[in-house]
Amino acid sequence: MNWASPAEFFAMGGYALYVWGSFGVCAVLMILEPILVRKRQSSILRILRRERQAEILDTQ
Amino acid sequence: MNNKLVNWFKFGSPQSFYPLAGKMIPWFWALAVVFGIIGLWISFFVAPTDFQQGEGYRIIFIHVPAAWMSMFLYIVMATWAGLGLALNTRLSGMMAQAIAPTGALMAFLSLWTGAIWGKPMWGAWWVWDARLTSALILFFLYIGFIALQAAIDDARRADKAGAILALVGVVNVPIIYFSVKWWNTLHQGASVSLTKAPAMAATMLWGMLIMALAFWMYSIAVTLMRVRAIILEREAHTEWVKNLSEIQGEPK
Repeated sequence: MNWASPAEFFAMGGYALYVWGSFGVCAVLMILEPILVRKRQSSILRILRRERQAEILDTQ
Repeated sequence: MNNKLVNWFKFGSPQSFYPLAGKMIPWFWALAVVFGIIGLWISFFVAPTDFQQGEGYRIIFIHVPAAWMSMFLYIVMATWAGLGLALNTRLSGMMAQAIAPTGALMAFLSLWTGAIWGKPMWGAWWVWDARLTSALILFFLYIGFIALQAAIDDARRADKAGAILALVGVVNVPIIYFSVKWWNTLHQGASVSLTKAPAMAATMLWGMLIMALAFWMYSIAVTLMRVRAIILEREAHTEWVKNLSEIQGEPK
């Protein structure tokens, strides 16, 4: 184990800004990307469902 | 015709690939999360403090995987684009288009983590050395590919134009890889190579390789998600899309 206390862990031996700055941005972007892709998927699905509904109404 | 060939072409069509991708996505997410947790554990709790760089070196555990993926994804993207150009298959262009944003993200992360690592170790966020400059060009190639495709309304023409850009840009990948050998760079040489023993502690190496696997699985998962959306967008008016169970039922 490298760390005696949580405070020591977060301090990263004085490199906190750099280590957390890179891991943090990486984590944020890798969480954001799938959320955006999911939105894209549900928006095209919504459009397709509406179009289908409109077609059904047209034929009635 | 033999069986394998038939299957290959079957999954090459968007109609059969769409449900297949849907089934694969949760598995790749699971692998990404498992490798990610193990990799992060090794990165912070198993790998020892570096005798030169202290704790600052831990940036390597995301910097190297992101940089590897940015190059690897470019090759995969260009391969799909090239296949599309040569064989005129519908899925190829969609795959290339689905990979590009994730590749751009990886290229950005390699630059970002590199800059943030360079500041404490070299005293500079950025220098115009061959490795950094060629990696920046890779990022621009991804952005160029995305912008070019977005600027052309007709999807098939966008695929063709994008494919040519992607294929020309492939020349940059070996330049990035060998830049630290060909030129004197501030950036260090490769710590891991296929021809000689890695120049780093075993636990550091394992941490890096497992994080690279996590990034790889992440890239596959998110690319498959995006290609499904692209398939629906492009094939919106085909019969098979209209008959999908996801489209049936009341609009929400």
